[in-house]
Amino acid sequence: MKLSALHQSYLNRRRSPLDSSVDAPSKSFLAVFWLVLHCLCCLISLLLGFRFSRLVFFFLVSTPTTNLYSPPFRPNLPPPRIDLTPSNATTAEVKTSSSRVVVGRHGILIRPWPHPDPVEVMKAHRIIERVQREQKAVFGAGGKGSRTVIAVTPTYVRTFQALHLNGVMHSLMLVPYDVVWIVVEAGGVSNETASIIGKSGVRVIHVGFDQRMPNTWEDRGKVEVLMRLRALRVVKEEKLDGVVMFADDSNMHSMEFFDEIQNVKWFGAVSVGILAHSGNAEEMVMSMDKRREMVDEVEERSSLPVQGPACNATDKLIGWHVFNTLPYAGKSAVYIDDVAAVLPQKLEWCGFVLNSRILWDEAESKPEWVKEFGLLNENEGVESPLSLLNDPSMVEPLGSCGRQVLLWWLRVEARADSKFPPGWVIDPPLEITVAAKRTPWPDVPPEPPTKKKDQMSLSQGNNNVVVIPKQQQQQQQQQQQRSSKVRKPKRRSKRNKHEAKPTDTTTQVSSSTKHHQERN
Amino acid sequence: MTNRLSLSAILLFLFFSASSAQHNVRTERISGSAGDVLEDNPVGKLKVYVYELPSKYNKKLLQKDPRCLTHMFAAEIFMHRFLLSSPVRTLNPDEADWFCSPIYPTCDLTPTGLPLPFKSPRMMRSAIQLISSNWPYWNKTEGADHFFVVPHDFGACFHYQEEKAIERGILPLLKRATLVQTFGQRNHVCLDQGSITIPPFAPPQKMHAHLIPPDVPRSIFVYFRGLFYDVNNDPEGGYYARGARAAVWENFKNNPLFDISTDHPTTYYEDMQRSIFCLCPLGWAPWSPRLVEAVVFGCIPVIIADDIVLPFADAIPWEEIGVFVAEKDVPELDTILTSIPTEVILRKQRLLANPSMKQAMLFPQPAQPGDAFHQILNGLARKLPHDGSVYLKAGEKVLNWTAGPVGDLKPW
Repeated sequence: MKLSALHQSYLNRRRSPLDSSVDAPSKSFLAVFWLVLHCLCCLISLLLGFRFSRLVFFFLVSTPTTNLYSPPFRPNLPPPRIDLTPSNATTAEVKTSSSRVVVGRHGILIRPWPHPDPVEVMKAHRIIERVQREQKAVFGAGGKGSRTVIAVTPTYVRTFQALHLNGVMHSLMLVPYDVVWIVVEAGGVSNETASIIGKSGVRVIHVGFDQRMPNTWEDRGKVEVLMRLRALRVVKEEKLDGVVMFADDSNMHSMEFFDEIQNVKWFGAVSVGILAHSGNAEEMVMSMDKRREMVDEVEERSSLPVQGPACNATDKLIGWHVFNTLPYAGKSAVYIDDVAAVLPQKLEWCGFVLNSRILWDEAESKPEWVKEFGLLNENEGVESPLSLLNDPSMVEPLGSCGRQVLLWWLRVEARADSKFPPGWVIDPPLEITVAAKRTPWPDVPPEPPTKKKDQMSLSQGNNNVVVIPKQQQQQQQQQQQRSSKVRKPKRRSKRNKHEAKPTDTTTQVSSSTKHHQERN
Repeated sequence: MTNRLSLSAILLFLFFSASSAQHNVRTERISGSAGDVLEDNPVGKLKVYVYELPSKYNKKLLQKDPRCLTHMFAAEIFMHRFLLSSPVRTLNPDEADWFCSPIYPTCDLTPTGLPLPFKSPRMMRSAIQLISSNWPYWNKTEGADHFFVVPHDFGACFHYQEEKAIERGILPLLKRATLVQTFGQRNHVCLDQGSITIPPFAPPQKMHAHLIPPDVPRSIFVYFRGLFYDVNNDPEGGYYARGARAAVWENFKNNPLFDISTDHPTTYYEDMQRSIFCLCPLGWAPWSPRLVEAVVFGCIPVIIADDIVLPFADAIPWEEIGVFVAEKDVPELDTILTSIPTEVILRKQRLLANPSMKQAMLFPQPAQPGDAFHQILNGLARKLPHDGSVYLKAGEKVLNWTAGPVGDLKPW
């Protein structure tokens, strides 16, 4: 009763200009009472200095229905648009075409389940991801906008091709710009290569080259040059627009490399880290010791394994850093599968990038210091990309003037007689299967006593996790034998005792070092 | 209003049909067959004469309270200063197309910095009396070729409370003049047919000092900082912002996609640049500086204000740039925003990235081409030439000098 009276008096106060109190006599006492209380509270709040009355009322009178946030939904309150505000009436008086939007109080609309919907959250995340991708494309890499990266890769079918080509492919797949991948294959187009590069998802131009890849590093280099020129001819014919870089299939590229080459204007050079390994662990160690000695004695002659542009203090190109091949003189690999250091050329192609417009026919805004590509004579021996230029001093050094090494040159190939399954798929399954002897499965029959020595050692070497039956334990302890933990009948361990243990350098589950030493 | 609607509809249609992505995909130009309206140069298209009013109407007020230069109503002061040194200014009033009266009615601030509009009607009235008695140009047209900058909450209604503002209506003496105001709401007493809506003043240097590199990824989906409930003036809730801000809070305070709170972080501008959508809901008045901030920082404005008229609505296609959400649809805001196709979002961002768009929202000192000052002049130029009926015959009087509440008639 008190509650409804409160509501109604509230309403009355709100409505006072519009309709006078209709039911005066019954409400007068209540109104007076509230008025007195209100005045009292006003006085108190004057003294205390905050809205005491309202707070008291809300705390005293608060019930679940008196929700501060949803007064309009109380059923006994009429819908707010129609009344409650005197200004509404004046609005109707002042303008004939009243605004749809009313001045007064509206409901605070809350939906029944004000929590996030997972489907919409996913949609929002997809939107965010798309926006960020667009941002990267437009503003990333210094805001240059993105130019297509044209990667030129000479390759041929061999054991390590899958290793190398997958590496290059995944690097190119990560590049945030458009990529055109020109793969030139020596020996013609093959299914092997096609099956690897087909998974890339970037645009691939697979070109066959009629020569077969020769067996020596030197000749291979020459053929690779011809293959690259073939690819450049493709760029010229198809009028591909972008930045041409040479992604040799065994090299490793960093992602910053692709960002940096976007800055090239016509012809640029980056520093390449040369990993001239020897393939022979001992020789590697020895050469490293030698190098350390050399460094102690002669400080200047440190063979930096870096090839690239050399700049002076004002960041202008003055020359080239070239890999120092002297330490490897006479010891470098000649044949592809030699166990010796593989040395790079004087200037490797992978360290150069060029604007594809250099290769186009029409001389539109092509600088004069660039030779006409169409007139290039391959038989004259094109060694490095600098042969494409009339004036090699116009090359732009990239990567803070060659100080950053952005890619690494490496040549690793398998032995000449190595074979690999075509497509790296084992089909049909392998013919030779060896049953696992020491498995938890009990149906493997025990070995007959006339087995050969090395088979014994092999089987013994594989004993790791089998439970020792108690008798055997005791036996072993008695005999001080190396614990061959097997679930085998007694005579097995007896055999251990009798036979001289073969030199077993494989896994040791030994219990006593004494026996270990004996055997060794 | 229908003229304006049809004009804007035609222009919008032209924008739709003629706008296409340029070869530079980074930004899209808001272009139409009428040319780039935002980049129009008003010099040569109109001449403005600035009255020399006594300093009690302008300079003295500013001297008393220099805070007037930095609050969001500072447009009136800067417009005056801009015109004084602009090439469109003419010293010969006979050849002027428009007349500017430099009065600063919003420069009467409380200690907390809010303007009191109670004396503004009297000030305007006394200024107009001065103008009409000292120069003959007011009486020629009864003010139809004069314009006044009234950037306060409800424009020339001169009150901060909407009910009272509607009661008063536009000052009767300004009925024929062109009003340059920030308030814009359709079918509202305080928006006259021929008014020019301008953005509220936001300090350009302050905003430009907080720019971050554009490749910082936008990771906040929806961003808002401000009040949801105004407990001082509207304790029960439901009046402030017509309940829309409170609805936003109640529906989305648990939603991680919505970064909304009442904080005042120092990284407010930087956070806006990391957001995709910025909410611009109405407050006590439908406009807010958030719109300017959102445009400058490339965040798509989500405008929750029914029937609002946005700045320079005849030059800027706001439908293509921002998202409009009806107040009753606020509970479904997340559904609405996530169902916008990504291509549309990217296009809006490209339009926002257009530098002429950002420039048009700002009042830089000194003035730069394409900024809000020039857009105001463009708007005035578009209203030329004056209709012949604007000029009154000698002795004809249209305005009622004694209309309005009695308190307004007291001299200032």
